[in-house]
Amino acid sequence: MIAQFLVMAVGAILVENFVLVKFLGICPFLGVSKKTDTAIGMGMAVIFVMTLASAITFLVDHWILIPLGAEYLRTIAFILVIAALVQFVEMVVAKLVPALYSALGIYLPLITTNCAVLGVALINAERVFEEGTSFGMMFGLSVWYSFCAAVGFTLAIVLFAGVRERLELSNIPKPLQGFPIALITAGLISIAFLGFQGLSF
Amino acid sequence: MAEQKKSNLAVLKNGLLNENPTFIQLLGMCPTLAVTTSVANAIGMGLSATFVLACSNLAVSLIRKIVPDKIRIATYVIVIAAFVSVVDMLLKAYLPALSASLGMFIPLIVVNCIILARAESFASKNKALPSVFDGIGMGLGFTCALTILGTVREILGNGTFLGLSLFGAAYKPAIIFILPPGAFLVLGSLIALLNLIRDKRKEAGK
Repeated sequence: MIAQFLVMAVGAILVENFVLVKFLGICPFLGVSKKTDTAIGMGMAVIFVMTLASAITFLVDHWILIPLGAEYLRTIAFILVIAALVQFVEMVVAKLVPALYSALGIYLPLITTNCAVLGVALINAERVFEEGTSFGMMFGLSVWYSFCAAVGFTLAIVLFAGVRERLELSNIPKPLQGFPIALITAGLISIAFLGFQGLSF
Repeated sequence: MAEQKKSNLAVLKNGLLNENPTFIQLLGMCPTLAVTTSVANAIGMGLSATFVLACSNLAVSLIRKIVPDKIRIATYVIVIAAFVSVVDMLLKAYLPALSASLGMFIPLIVVNCIILARAESFASKNKALPSVFDGIGMGLGFTCALTILGTVREILGNGTFLGLSLFGAAYKPAIIFILPPGAFLVLGSLIALLNLIRDKRKEAGK
């Protein structure tokens, strides 16, 4: 059982990295990666929201949508749950943990349109489990997968921000300045992550 | 009336060229990078997004005076999600192969920032007809960008165009271009190329 969790972690963080291999969450990846600090802040906010969102969407899916035979409403239901959750988390964190709020505050609203959050909910909904997997196990695996995927996102965005900080200091040809060089850098990091493909089990 | 027609065309052209969502505004990057491994996928994704854009712009424009300001974003998201579900089901029913290869990027059109951006910045302030044209223009701009990207990647990475072999069996494709890094590299190079052309034109204009 522990092996199953470990394999899933390696898969979600390295082999099938959400940003660099699956192309989910590219907007924040390119948008808030100019400094390592903000990248870490965004990463933490994504880990927090994605883990929570996947737990709730999993329960909504298994307790409401599947019993009613309404799986076709997943897209609408999930996006509503995520948007509401983000608002709710923002209010709760602001009230209870002001320190955390001042660190994550500005990133939280951005997460609603982070496709990685909806993406992970959809991946979890479509995952096929082995026959006889208990409900708790299914729940645990789904949430664990989301947590690891978010850790993978954080790893990618922090690495990328580190490279971009260096780029600021270098002399770049004018047409490549700004976005193009960032994309090419991301491409090179992505090539590095291709190396992990051999790890897939 | 004639003026109205002209402005609709201008709105259309605006989306295609001046404010191209992919190359100029840099919105909606996830599908742009993820599904452009082949031309067919790129066109399928582009047209699906165009449909959603046109419909959601129309709907948002029609309800713009009823919706209270505070909950407008949530309302737009639901409107968009409804149309995305329609597209998802239609594709599953009539084009199952395309639906399978686009996978979850069809439901993910919901969080494509182009669509929410147009609803917020254009449709919520304009009448129904111009909004539809804006949706179509932006959608086609998006489709064109995806198609260009898909063409480059499919030809370099697979040696084919729309599935037809171009160079014969002796050609060894550079697989890197249809792998994930290729998406970043090709899009980065294309935007750099466009910047170069624009700068040259500006200089010539002076």
